[in-house]
Amino acid sequence: MAELASLFAGFGVALSPFNLMLMFVGVLLGVIIGVLPGLGGANGVAILLPLTFTMAQQEGGTTSAIILLSCIYWGALFGGAITSILFNIPGEPWSVATTFDGYPLAQQGRAGEALTSAFTSSFIGAFVAVILITFLAPAMANFALQFGPPEYFSVYLLTFCAFVGMSKGQAAKTIVSMMIGFALAAVGLDTVTGQLRLTFGFTEMLKGFDFLIAVIGLFGIGEILLTLEEGLEFKGTRAKLNPRVVLDTWKQLPRYWLTSVRSAAVGCFMGIVPGGATPASFMSYGVAKRFSKDGDKFGTGMVEGVVAPETAAHAAGTSALLPMITLGVPGSPTAAVLLGGLLIWGLQPGPLLFVEQKDFVWGLIASMYLGNIAGLIVVLTCVPLFAAILRIPFSIIAPVILVICAIGAFTVHNSITDVYLMMLFGVAGYVMRKLDYPLAPLVLALVLGDRAENSFRQSMIMSQGDMSIFFANGLVGGLTALALFLLFWPMISTLIKRAKNG
Amino acid sequence: MSEDHSSDRSVASVRALELTVAALFFALGAIVAWDSYRIGASWGDDGPQAGYFPFYIGIIICVSTAVIFVRALWAKAKSHESFVSRGQLKMVMKMLVPSIVYVVLIGFIGIYVASTLFIGFFMRWLGKYSWAKTVPIAVGVSLAFFMLFEVWFIVPLPKGPLEALLGLN
Repeated sequence: MAELASLFAGFGVALSPFNLMLMFVGVLLGVIIGVLPGLGGANGVAILLPLTFTMAQQEGGTTSAIILLSCIYWGALFGGAITSILFNIPGEPWSVATTFDGYPLAQQGRAGEALTSAFTSSFIGAFVAVILITFLAPAMANFALQFGPPEYFSVYLLTFCAFVGMSKGQAAKTIVSMMIGFALAAVGLDTVTGQLRLTFGFTEMLKGFDFLIAVIGLFGIGEILLTLEEGLEFKGTRAKLNPRVVLDTWKQLPRYWLTSVRSAAVGCFMGIVPGGATPASFMSYGVAKRFSKDGDKFGTGMVEGVVAPETAAHAAGTSALLPMITLGVPGSPTAAVLLGGLLIWGLQPGPLLFVEQKDFVWGLIASMYLGNIAGLIVVLTCVPLFAAILRIPFSIIAPVILVICAIGAFTVHNSITDVYLMMLFGVAGYVMRKLDYPLAPLVLALVLGDRAENSFRQSMIMSQGDMSIFFANGLVGGLTALALFLLFWPMISTLIKRAKNG
Repeated sequence: MSEDHSSDRSVASVRALELTVAALFFALGAIVAWDSYRIGASWGDDGPQAGYFPFYIGIIICVSTAVIFVRALWAKAKSHESFVSRGQLKMVMKMLVPSIVYVVLIGFIGIYVASTLFIGFFMRWLGKYSWAKTVPIAVGVSLAFFMLFEVWFIVPLPKGPLEALLGLN
């Protein structure tokens, strides 16, 4: 039970008045970000990251900074549900599945019920994931301490192959998007040989591409352009949450405990294996529909249809931080941005964090418990406020969001070129999104590109160019085999289906 | 928007765009592979050369985009589906063009003045707000950002001639 002792020490760190205030500020900001079109967990955190630079330099400041940013993430996870239910607009990709039953409920005048069950399920999903992190993370980090370059490369390989295997669309598009991320990551000075790569003589390209700029452009600008296609008006139902509705809904929620358990399990699994919150929410909705006795009524306004995707999305979003803090491999774009934050603050993500930065890690884990409680309180009490934000006309909110994105892009390196790049990424993001190229693999490849390449090269140097090093022992061989299995999963599953059908 | 039905007309089909984007990405992959080959993509004395990893990345991009290209050529079902209708494209352009102008302006007149103009322009042009509503909101938002970044967080943002005139640099 060494974990519990560490956790209580973590609570000691997280419970300072300043950190508690940051939690509420973070959650509030996060919900607003989640509600606004064009701003989401990933780019919201990316935009606010530069503001933490000075904070992180103070004593214990990195813990405060990560608490602020991770609470923005929790807030964004909560916020997505509000727009889905009230306006039928998923504020975040992972809340698309919530619209299926959430919006019909709101139309029947049961918006309060839908919101309460969405928030409560989110909270439960996150809570399960945090408990998982508390007990699994130290063991995983301990295990990962023995990792060498080949093991790390196979973990990266697993991450990327999981993306290909788990993607719903064309696998080729996932691969292209990922490889573009790798190519962008390779631009600039090669740290091993000191050679310039893919700069084509432009000095601006020496620094390479910063993934924060890509995130702000791809997700921010691209999203606004996509939203604009739908027109300028948001039409939605009004909602107020009074304590009576909340209590009544809580009374009937225990009925869906089995759905919650299943969804939380799906979510945790998809979060750790980097499938991410979005597929987790769809998968969990599908599973709940298949197993529920009211399965055929799904889509007409079933509370269970809100519980399932929300629990899974939040469980996945939270557990995506597990590989991030233990291995330095983020499970989602937002986790990737948080990882980028750690690097900028001068922390080395990975197993050594649990040895060298105990206060930081356990402060973060403790803040996950507290942050989600703070989140639940904030969303249950402030729904009218957030719904009011959405009623600000688009012709005001759209330019303001664009200004925020521009400021965010500029502050990363104090460079105007980055703002131009952001626009370019924005247009690319719009076109790619419309053609079903997934954007998350691009971002993850851009973040992990250098480290994946380095671990690959180190392994190659160790083995004198012999690929069999990735099968040299049980651990690395198992990881590589699992990665290849996931990569070819779409083909394998089609074969199985075909065999079944005769 | 003179006639309603004309705004639904398709400007580009999914197929056309799919093919174009695949071709563009193929070219990108080819450039990456070629430039990596140029700096050395084989095995050096001390391990893989600088272009070793990106070379294969470029090759994978080329192969995958070729698959997408061929698949889009063969796909008949989606070929007539609209990628973007005229009305949609118009809306997107209404946002995109001013945004590009805005981003370019930042470099010349600073982010605060550019943002004020941008928000104001948008409200007048797309939102059809009166000057009495437009000016306070546009100026107010920029002022709020100024307070937030320059005063509270002490993060300097690009400033232009107006700030120089006011001695705020």
